[in-house]
This record gives sequence, structure tokens and C-alpha cells, in this order.
Amino acid sequence: MITVNGEPLDWHPGMTVQDVLDAKRYTFRMIGVWVNDKPVPRVEFGSTVVTDGAVVQAIHMVSGG
Amino acid sequence: MDKMKVLAEWSYTPTKIDKGYTRKTLYVNVGEPSMAIKDVSQDMIDKFTGGRGFDLKLLWDAVKDTTKWNDPENEIVLSGGPLCGITQYPGTGKCYAAFISPLSGQTYDSNSGGYWGPLTKFAGFDAIEIQGKSDKEIIVYINGDEGKIQILESNLADINAYSITENLHEYFATSEADKRNISVVSAGKGAETSYFGCMNMSFYDPRRKVTRLKQAGLGGGGSIMRDKKIAAMVVKYSKMTGNENNVVDLDTLQKVGVKLHKEIHDLDDSQCKMRKIGTAHLNEIMDEYHLLPVNNYKFGQNSAEIAKIHSSEYEKLFTQGLPDGCWYGCSMACAKAVDGFTIQTGPSKGQKVTVDGPEYETVASLGSNVGVFDPLWTIEANFYADHYGVDTISLGTTMAFVCECFELGLINKTDTNGLELRFGNKKDIMELIHRMAVGTDEFAIIVAKGIRYIKKAFAEKYKADAKTMEAIGMEGQGVETSEYVPKESIAQWGGYYLTLKGPQHDEAWLIFMDMVNKQLPTFEDKAEALHYFPNFRTWFSLVGLCKLPWNDVEPANNRIVNEPKEAAKVPEHVQNYVDIFNAVTGKTIKKEDLVTMSEKVYNFQRVFQVRMKHGEAFHNIPLRALGPVFADEWDARKDYYDGKLKEIGVEPAGLSTDEKIRKMQEYRLGMWEGLKLAVYKRRGWNKKGIPTVETLKRLGIDYPEVVAVVEKYSKPEDVIE
Repeated sequence: MITVNGEPLDWHPGMTVQDVLDAKRYTFRMIGVWVNDKPVPRVEFGSTVVTDGAVVQAIHMVSGG
Repeated sequence: MDKMKVLAEWSYTPTKIDKGYTRKTLYVNVGEPSMAIKDVSQDMIDKFTGGRGFDLKLLWDAVKDTTKWNDPENEIVLSGGPLCGITQYPGTGKCYAAFISPLSGQTYDSNSGGYWGPLTKFAGFDAIEIQGKSDKEIIVYINGDEGKIQILESNLADINAYSITENLHEYFATSEADKRNISVVSAGKGAETSYFGCMNMSFYDPRRKVTRLKQAGLGGGGSIMRDKKIAAMVVKYSKMTGNENNVVDLDTLQKVGVKLHKEIHDLDDSQCKMRKIGTAHLNEIMDEYHLLPVNNYKFGQNSAEIAKIHSSEYEKLFTQGLPDGCWYGCSMACAKAVDGFTIQTGPSKGQKVTVDGPEYETVASLGSNVGVFDPLWTIEANFYADHYGVDTISLGTTMAFVCECFELGLINKTDTNGLELRFGNKKDIMELIHRMAVGTDEFAIIVAKGIRYIKKAFAEKYKADAKTMEAIGMEGQGVETSEYVPKESIAQWGGYYLTLKGPQHDEAWLIFMDMVNKQLPTFEDKAEALHYFPNFRTWFSLVGLCKLPWNDVEPANNRIVNEPKEAAKVPEHVQNYVDIFNAVTGKTIKKEDLVTMSEKVYNFQRVFQVRMKHGEAFHNIPLRALGPVFADEWDARKDYYDGKLKEIGVEPAGLSTDEKIRKMQEYRLGMWEGLKLAVYKRRGWNKKGIPTVETLKRLGIDYPEVVAVVEKYSKPEDVIE
């Protein structure tokens, strides 16, 4: 189990940041991700593996107007 | 076009701008007629900065406590601000307008791109006040080249925006190239009937060879223009240089500007795609997150239809490859347009036109919110809204409310004079837009007055159920809600309904921070955000900037070098604003000062509202904004809402949907009251939302007349401990 924005999410071995975003249906382009307080560059979403128990913050920036 | 008769004329010597200011404002009374040029004091600059701040100060001095929107002393005050008109940084052409609103009876401020703001400043004025009422149809003309103000008798038969704007650019220009030196503010026929008339501000597009329109949309400024019998206001200035603002540090200004231009160039395509789609990039995103208003905000999503209004559909319709900045130097260039569009209905039927927009707000208001998922229909509705001079947001939100009233049987086909006003009935909704513009019948005239007026009129005239209308009419302080479903974000209840002037999107958009990111767990966190963001964003309105380049693009490393909460503020861009403000004015402000500068005006405007509402400037919120009102809304997200009930300790099993809705409403109304108190406290206000004298003193706006308003309406029992 991991937490994403404070809510629990089922974890599986090999789970990447992109898998987390897909599971949460976070499709917004202006999104920043921190795993255990460490920022993950967007280009590494697909290759960064999230470990069991990780605390993920998927921060949607504000835009529009 | 025949020459227009000069009714009044005055000469003046245009003052050159120094460090962003002319230190002069223009007063024109179109009734008397008379003209005066006033000095701007150092205190006015120190306390009100410019733009909306100047507007409100001048308006405060012009009106009485009892002034109504259509009294002669009501003014339209227009101002750019000290950064307005610089060409080195994107988004610097904004003009801010303030007036007593027909919708709310208190001050409203709205803003627009286009060339009006910069050109009027270059013509010599930090702000322009228009007061009085003419008995003839007039054009107010400011000729910055010759130092001349004229009131002309209008001989234009068609005052609708696209027509009058085109004609006036033609009339006042000496050549095709000269058309760029002109800007026109117009409204339209619809603004005569409506309380939500908009002001269209123009610029000439030399590549398309057409005039383009941007709107100071919400609040009813266009209605006031027409009430004063002003067909249009025109400014001309043709001597523009690259440093018209006579800035202190051009080198820094250029360096900061180049940095952002590069950022937009390199990153926009992978971020918001503003240059290709403008704010319509949000369409499918809002749908995905249940934030796209569908059928009068009943739902936040329509999975079956969203593909039809996907941003990629609009990208195909918008002309690509043309620079679409609405002021020189704006590389964000989000003022998208549809060229060669053939109108299908109404007085312009069969004509090929260029339509400005639609932006996201219009895609939703004159689209999903009225149950229409057809870009071509939305583009036509957008065209007519601008042309008739009515605001697309108020128009769409009002139409959505009326459609729901019809579907609920609160009004019928006899009341509507034969119109079947069901969601998605494109033909009859468009017909009602045309009828409203002309004022064809009593029903259309009622609808044109906005939701707060409609609720009363429908109840009295058609015996419609007042309680139901109160629950589903999406207005706050008399102004229609803009186009995001706020139900599931407590902070956004405040972002919409604890604002100075009503539920628009230019104070705080906190839905992602609150609902998705979960960055604002407590009332105190939400209150802090509802202090910071409205004040930070107010700053744009003081200096003449567009908000979009702040956070619709961000530095590549924004989310690497900043922790999550700070990243949302885009710190590097905030520093840009400090740097360009100092570069223009020669001042030495720091980041923290931006919010303090805004707080002065924000609190002044709040006291202004208290003054105009005689102590009863209340923040209301409709039940629809807090959550589901009817069973179909609950059932559309049954698992989600049942889960929400469990979170607050209510077991949904065994409850009817109506019972669940009632329990949720009771809970959320309590949360609303809690939020309100926390926000008032953070802002330094009392329990009635009135700034305290201590707050006024801290901000240095404790002018005797301001303190007098606060003391008149504040009671000891309303102090927040």
C-alpha cells in the first residue's frame, strides 16, 4: 500500500510514478510529483519505481483563467 | 460614413509618462457635458497603486451611498496601471474597469485585453472617469495625437460590437496601418436590455485585416454604457515608441522579458498549449476531474459527449500560425480566433465573420452548461454574445438556470412564448439569445436581467417555486457563477462565494490544491489560501497585467526546486513581477510587498461594498454549489457521495437519496459557516465580513470616510476573538 495525496492506493511490485497517475486518473499536464518528499522530473515518471509504503504527492498546478 | 457632429470639444496637453505614470486622470461628464483633468497625488499612488485601485478611489469619490447603477453619478472608470503598455513582458495590455453594477448594486471590476488600456495611458491618462447621462447617442473620442477630447453625436445605425468597432476604426484611421493606433470600447443592443452587458475592447489585427474584440465581461459595465447612451468610446495614439512608459531600468525589463519569452517558446507546447488553443485546453481536463459544468452545474462530467468539445476539436477550428497576442509583445498569444465562420441564425445569418474565442469559460457557459456539445453552435453563440454586448459567462449560466426551471416545470411554453427551453435544444436557446438582445417580449427581458432578478420575477409572474430556484440559481452577490463546478472543494466555495464582487475566477482557483492535492486540510489552511491568492491576483489588476503568464506556463524546474505548496505560487515568476515593477517605477519592492499592496485595495473595496449595501454586503452561496440538490445528481456519483457521507459519520444504508442529500446539505452548510468565519478572521474582518479599524490602520487606508463606514456598520458582538 502507498499513499497518494493522503489517500491509500494499492501497490504492486514495479509500480512506476506513471502507473500511480494512471490509477488515479490524473491526466492534467501541469502536474508535479514528489515521492517521499523527493521531486521526480516529468521525463522520469515512466521509469521511476515507487516502493511499497511510499508517500506520493501528485500536485496539480493551477492554470486557466 | 458621414462626418459626425461635434457636440463638445476640449483641448489638453498630453502628459508624457514617467516611470509608468502620467499622474493625470481624465474626467468626462457626458450629460453636462464637461471635462476636467485631475492630478494624481503621491498618496493615491502609494495606497492604490493604479489600475483597479485608481478606479475604485475615483469611483468612491464620485458616488453617494445611495447611488444606483443607472443614476447619473455612477461612473465607468477605466485604468491600466503603471506596467500597462510595456512591450517587453507578455500580458501587459490589460485595462481594468470599475462601476456600480446593475447585477449586485455594489462595485464590480472587470478587465479586458486589447489596446484601450495602453493607448489611453499613452494619450496622457492614468485613468478615465465617465460620468453623467447623455440625451443623445454619442461617441466619446480621445485623440492623444492632437490632445483633444470630443463628444460626437453618433450617426451609426448599428451599435452592435463587431459592426460599430469596424466602422469606428475605419472612421478615425487615416490609413490601413493607422487602424492599429485606435481602440474602441463598445457594448451592443443586448446591453440595453440586459444587466450583464459587457464592454468590448478592440485592437486591429493587420494580418487578418479585421478588428478583434476582447471583453471586460462580467458585472454589467456594458449595460451602464448603454444607459448613458454611449455607443462607443474611442482612443487614438499613433506615436508609440518602445519605451513609452519611460521606465527606469530598460535593461532589466528586457532581460526578464526575454527569459519568459524563451520559457513560453520552449515549454508551452508541452504544458498548457496556450498558443495553439488558449484556455480551451481545459475542456477535457475539467471533465475528467468532474469540474465541467453540465446542465446548470448538476453534473461535472459528460463522458458520452466530451469528445465533441475536446480541445483538439477547437484546435482544428482556431486559425493556427498567426500571432494572437492582444497587445504588443505578448508571446503567450492566447487570443484565439475562428476565421471565415459562416453565421447560421439571426441578423448576421449568412455572413462570414471572424469570431474571437471561445475561451474555456465560453465553451462551458454557452456549451456544456446548457447541455450543448457542439463547437459550431458555441462559436456562434460566442459571436452573438460579443456582438450584442452581453457577457458570455452570465449569459450561459443564466440560460442554464432557465433551462433547468423549464425542465422542472417551474415555467412552461406559454411563459416562454413558445420556446422549448430544454437542455441541449440549440435552436430555441439561440432564439432566446436573439430575443433578449432585442427585448422582444417580457420573458426575454426578464431573462436578460440575470438570475437574481429572474428568481423574483419567475416567482411573482409565473408562480415558480422560490425555494427550488434559490437552491439551483448559481449566483452569488447577484452575479452569475463562472464555469467550474465547486461542489467538492470547500476552499473553492470561498474562492467563488467569499469574494469581493461575486463568484468569478479571478480571485482564487483552489480546487486542485484543495480537492485533489489535499494541500489545504484545515479551515486555517483554506483561509490562508483565501487570503494569499486573492490578494496576489489583485496585484495584477493594480498594475495592468494579465494573470495568464503567471501560471499558465512555468519554469522547467519549478517543481524541482520548490516544495509542493510553494511551487503552486511559481516563485520565479513572482520574482519577475517584483523585478519588472521595480524596473518600470524605480521603486524597491520585495515579494512580500505585492500582497500588502493588494491588501490595501482589497480591503478598501470591501468597505466600499459595505458602504453601498448599507452594512448588508452578505456572502451567499446556493445549495447547488455545496453539493447535489436532486437525486439524479447524487446517483450520477452514488459511490462517491455515499462514501462522503460515511466520512462524516453518516451510514447511507437505509436512507433514501433525498434523506442523504438533506444530511449532506446540513453538514456542508455548517462547513460553509466555519469556512466563512476562518476566512473573515484571516482577512482581519469581523463576523459580518467588515474589515476592522485595526486592519484599515495596519494598511494605512484609515481615511476618515472609510473608517466612518466601518464604524457605522460594525457592532461589538461581531468582533472575532
